[in-house]
Amino acid sequence: MITTSGLTKVYRSRGREVTALDGVDLHVREGEVYGVIGQSGAGKSSLIRCVNLLERPTSGTVTVDGVDLTALAGRGQRASKELRQARSRIGMVFQHFNLLSSRTVQDNVELPLEILGISGRERSRKALELLDLVGLSDKARSYPAQLSGGQKQRVGIARALAGDPKVLLSDEATSALDPETTRSILQLLRDLNQQLGLTVLLITHEMDVVKTVCDSAALMERGQIVESGTVGELLATPGSELAAALFPVSGEASGDDRTVVDLTFHGETATEPVISQLSRTYNIDISILGAAMDTVGGRQVGRMRIELPGRFEENVVPIGFLREQGLQVDVADVADVAGRAELASGEPRLVKEGVAK
Amino acid sequence: MQPLLEQACLDTLSMVGWSTLIAVVGGLPLGVLLVLTDKGGLLQNTFVNKVIGQVVNIARSMPFIILMVALMGFTRAVVGTTIGVEAAIVPLAVGAIPFFARLVETAVREVDHGLVEAVQSMGGNTWTVVRKVLVPESLPSLISATTTTIVALIGYSAMAGTVGAGGLGDIAIRYGYQRFESSLMWITVAVLAVVISLIQFAGDSGARVLHRRAGKGGEPLRFRAFTGLLPGGPATSEATATAGSPAKSG
Repeated sequence: MITTSGLTKVYRSRGREVTALDGVDLHVREGEVYGVIGQSGAGKSSLIRCVNLLERPTSGTVTVDGVDLTALAGRGQRASKELRQARSRIGMVFQHFNLLSSRTVQDNVELPLEILGISGRERSRKALELLDLVGLSDKARSYPAQLSGGQKQRVGIARALAGDPKVLLSDEATSALDPETTRSILQLLRDLNQQLGLTVLLITHEMDVVKTVCDSAALMERGQIVESGTVGELLATPGSELAAALFPVSGEASGDDRTVVDLTFHGETATEPVISQLSRTYNIDISILGAAMDTVGGRQVGRMRIELPGRFEENVVPIGFLREQGLQVDVADVADVAGRAELASGEPRLVKEGVAK
Repeated sequence: MQPLLEQACLDTLSMVGWSTLIAVVGGLPLGVLLVLTDKGGLLQNTFVNKVIGQVVNIARSMPFIILMVALMGFTRAVVGTTIGVEAAIVPLAVGAIPFFARLVETAVREVDHGLVEAVQSMGGNTWTVVRKVLVPESLPSLISATTTTIVALIGYSAMAGTVGAGGLGDIAIRYGYQRFESSLMWITVAVLAVVISLIQFAGDSGARVLHRRAGKGGEPLRFRAFTGLLPGGPATSEATATAGSPAKSG
């Protein structure tokens, strides 16, 4: 639905060049919620603004719903008619809502319809229908200043949907909201995604947002996409930073003669209760130090940190059993477990099969 | 004395009314253009921006009395005479256009760029941005700017007596000051003070109502008005410079 290839954006100011996007290849499938996460300055804002060409990419192409927008752009700063038409079919919501303070809620939602040249009666019918969809039908006559942040963002979403877009771009839509409002807005985005088959590309710096609504995610660092894929694919990727951040586990070994093992369930695992099977088969006591699990479509997805009695050498067979079950198994670094020096700064470093990095 | 004052009031009203109208019609697009053609604007064009900016600066630095004399040829070409109320409206309007344009520039610059982006993302063009965002969103400030312009024009119009246009300022100088009829002078000054207060009050209230509705914090943007009534170029340009200075920081 949205494809960017080799997208590069270089800002030039006073002879200095800053590369905001460095050859970004992004592929968002139809009907999915795709999250791009990264710290501020990673280039995610430039990325989303390049998708509807509010920002002109220095090079590379952007294709939305089969239309190559970069080819429509024309030269110069001004948008061509074709590009403006294409933009009207891409909805966008903003961090600071960007509602016109001089217009009522209903008039704000009607604005894109005015731009599309739709008649007055049709406009107000559509606007009221959209306000109903986002649960604000009683606020049509209010001014944005009279609404709470969450309500303002609902108006922003209703406005973004006015042109019947297939794609919704969300530029940090929940970053200015409190956690509870954030949840309700994300729920709304999820509902719209499912009810209308809307494809959503969102950028955020909050891992929770990705965790709550995204089917797929990408991690951006210094203008490049470092990791990307569906949540399942990310979990299946050894050493994935995104997977670790999405499903964080922590917990320390209770003694020197213990083995700490991180298990990753990435959807392909059999649905059997693996842990209790392990315990029964080898007659060992297992303690669960931490877990971040979710059940998606009847399958368990997530990570778990468990502790087995005995050193690594004594646990080779049980670990082999876990692998056979289709789990990804990472054993905490033996040296780290002994030393514990690094624990002050976080989790023990994970090494596959205990081989030092 | 009564008919004299009545006529003077009507003359002032007519001069200020017409020149304000022309100043708004001419200054609004000019001020918007100053913002649009500026660096990073939607119609970025350094050359046009510099030219308009320079013209506005030159027109504003000219003392009104000099402007009025310098424009005599132009005035004759437009209204067919260089004497009377009509003849005064021309230089008043020409003087007020750049003044108002700078105030418009300041007001329009205050509009959040995010709103411009939002309309662009809906497929709006530059004209849509001007019509649906820049002007309506800066309306409270534009009302303040108009109030300030009216008050400044009442001040300028006092000098219009030089071309026989009459008006309250003219009465104050000719009858009151030069003929030592100080009671008449004080009456005209009082009338002017009342008129200006009323206009300022109406303008401020209008701006405040819109500003409150828009839910913006604090008070609406206010421009320091030129309130001097006596002819004097330096005072005028000083006052206008203060009013225009936020544009540079914005």
